Amino acid sequence: MPLGGVIFITVFVAVFGCLCLYLGRLCGGKKYQDAVKLAPYECGIPGQEKKETRVSVKFYLTAILFILFDIEIIFMYPWATSFKEMMAAGIGAYALIAMMIFIAVFIFGLFWEIKSKALEWD
Amino acid sequence: MGSDAFEITVNCIKLVLVFLLMVQAVPILVWLERRGSGFIQNRFGPNRVGPLGLMQLLADAVKFLTKEEFSPKAATKLLFYAAPVFALIPGTLGFAAIPLGSPLKWGDYTFAIQGYDIGVGIVFILGVSSLAAYTILMAGWGSGNKYALMGALRASAQTISYELALGLSIVGIIMMYGTFNLSEMIAAQQGTMHFQAFGNTIATSWLPNWGIFYQPLAAVLFFAATFAESNRLPFDLAEGEAELVAGFHTEYGGFKMLLFFIGEYGHMMVASGLMATFFLGGYNIPYTTTEQVYQFFLGFVESANAASALTSLAHFIMFTVKLGIFLWIFIWVRWTLPRFRYDQLMDLGWKTMLPWALANTILSALVIFAVSHSW
Repeated sequence: MPLGGVIFITVFVAVFGCLCLYLGRLCGGKKYQDAVKLAPYECGIPGQEKKETRVSVKFYLTAILFILFDIEIIFMYPWATSFKEMMAAGIGAYALIAMMIFIAVFIFGLFWEIKSKALEWD
Repeated sequence: MGSDAFEITVNCIKLVLVFLLMVQAVPILVWLERRGSGFIQNRFGPNRVGPLGLMQLLADAVKFLTKEEFSPKAATKLLFYAAPVFALIPGTLGFAAIPLGSPLKWGDYTFAIQGYDIGVGIVFILGVSSLAAYTILMAGWGSGNKYALMGALRASAQTISYELALGLSIVGIIMMYGTFNLSEMIAAQQGTMHFQAFGNTIATSWLPNWGIFYQPLAAVLFFAATFAESNRLPFDLAEGEAELVAGFHTEYGGFKMLLFFIGEYGHMMVASGLMATFFLGGYNIPYTTTEQVYQFFLGFVESANAASALTSLAHFIMFTVKLGIFLWIFIWVRWTLPRFRYDQLMDLGWKTMLPWALANTILSALVIFAVSHSW
């Protein structure tokens, strides 16, 4: 049962990490703080806060497109594992044609995405 | 995890050992990277502390440990401290699922030389490696710094973009071996090259039966995509020093920084391990099968247990060598190629590698279909 192992090592690593942080806190040097030291890192000018930072909407678009394409790729996995078995069972041609239609849709989607300039960074 | 208390204990110890192996490899890799970069750039690198600068690792660890513990005022405390701890998890979970040697048969027990043998190994490893994007986002958002935030966004967009090419490039490999299980893939790559084509068996004696000879394009695409996945040069836009100071770990220092390092090197080790497993026959010694190696050792020692242990050890050493070769290529590339520009990086991922990976998938499907019939 590998799930027990996964949970065990996750907890072990998390505890290990927390201990490392605690060790760093124990052995760390001087504790001296002032307003400048606590400010966000900048090159001398007053630091910009998180809420003032504007980021490109392209990142959001990339994430949406990723979800679509990643799910399509995940659908190919079970097909790929059983492709040889399907050929042995005599339905290889059917499996191949079905997947080629699916990939054609995939290619159409990718082509559309490139054509509509969804991937242009400026 | 096992059927009785003894097996469960051994499996737990094994998991801890795999983790410690990964953590212990980091200082050696850092040393190798610094010495290697010195060698490539015609300078010395660290050579003062101990023989060949090897004690530099210890000095670094002490320095990391005694750095002041500090978090900026704008930081979200929970995310800021949780991120380095979580950075360890994806690499460890992935590395523990890779077989490091042939299974050790000891009496009635069979111990796999890997953390845990998961049936859907590839899907599991791809799943847990993409958790690294969360770590980076947590660090970037939690730091409360614009450079950290921008670096994190860039890194996560880059990671998910290259995950498409990464996931698609191994469809051909899965098709060829017909399994998700890494141990079965390695078993299929034993001995010298032989395969079925048009109803005949074709065999050569001068090539090992490795995946790279069947799927060369997939190997190139997969290896390139893993560079982007683990945020290494030439794809380390996340920490482009010229524009982003240090990216998502701008505000980190001391031991927290070290944990990020372990995470990054862990990612590299998973990538190298997968590369060896998919394309270079995993732990197999070239041109031989596990059975042949076992019989060879059986000629030296009497007991079957000892022969099995020696076989596992030989395979483990072989795997370490293959892992080391790929880790060295990671370091070599870092100090050879310059960094990409961000739009070039995205174009490469979406418009070049994804179509090539698709072409590889289609071609593999057609060829596998064609050669499996005698027409």
